[in-house]
Amino acid sequence: MHELPVTERILSIVLKHAERNQVAQIMSITLTVGELSELENEWIQHYFDYLSKDTIAAGAKLKIERTPIVIRCNACGRSESISKEQLGEMICPQCGASADFTLVSGREYYIKEMEAQ
Amino acid sequence: MDEIKLIEIKEEIQSDNALVAQELRDRLQRDQTLMINLMSSPGSGKTSLLLRTIDALKDEISIGVIEADIDSVVDCEKIAETGIPSLQLRTGGFCHLDATMVKKGLDGLDNPALDLVFIENVGNLVCPAEFDTGAIKDAMILSVPEGDDKPLKYPLMFTKASVLIVNKIDYMKLSDFDTTRLRSHVNRLNPNIALFEVSCKTGEGIDQWVDWLKKTISEFKGTAG
Repeated sequence: MHELPVTERILSIVLKHAERNQVAQIMSITLTVGELSELENEWIQHYFDYLSKDTIAAGAKLKIERTPIVIRCNACGRSESISKEQLGEMICPQCGASADFTLVSGREYYIKEMEAQ
Repeated sequence: MDEIKLIEIKEEIQSDNALVAQELRDRLQRDQTLMINLMSSPGSGKTSLLLRTIDALKDEISIGVIEADIDSVVDCEKIAETGIPSLQLRTGGFCHLDATMVKKGLDGLDNPALDLVFIENVGNLVCPAEFDTGAIKDAMILSVPEGDDKPLKYPLMFTKASVLIVNKIDYMKLSDFDTTRLRSHVNRLNPNIALFEVSCKTGEGIDQWVDWLKKTISEFKGTAG
């Protein structure tokens, strides 16, 4: 499972920002993750608790904000928010085209912010 | 008690990997080596496809293979028998390869004169799609027994791949796999994907895939350097 290396990266990035901002304790971390990216909230928190236990991020709560999958029809330009399951069966509600869509959002994978003191 | 501050970070979780991946791509451009990241489920025919491809191309172009496996060398031994340079990476339990691991593989092959390098990623339709390996192209195999509905279950990988190889078409008559349905699902996710139907067992369709590879290599060499 790739939650472990991802969690290592998250910890190292937030510790870097904590040092830059000279804070003593990280309380929470907000991640922005697209619906298309696989990430199990429960496992991320579990690994984070384990990896961070001797750092100033110990006990920090991970909050995950999911961004929806949005695709744009290249035939008529209409953008539509859809579920992962609809992705392979998409028909444009405006022009009826059934191929040639561009993914506008849904693949985000970044650390948005953290609360610290 | 100090007051709680909200600190904006806005940093990609995979920024380090993205950096290493870009360095790898720059190096491949300089060396004019087309590196293809081959992904699929376990047992869909990655090694068989490589053996067929090596057999068809090894007299014309120089090929190398980076094998990834959680903890075995079975695939690498099969590739080594063909006489082409290959290298085994053990991912030690990880479900995917990242750019740093691939860099180790490329360093290990230690041959900038190669025309084509395949990465045989860990057999898995989920995790390898999330990690940029530094490859120039992503390819995936879907085998007929897996079913034509896989683009609906694993959309990310089908979105990333430039080429989809449908393997084990010799099983088609035993199954309700519908290539038209598959094409319609895949095209919605990725209208520009190249799709080849092959049987690594009988050799059917391999020529078209090999022609695509030759064309892709020459186009790449035309832009690289």
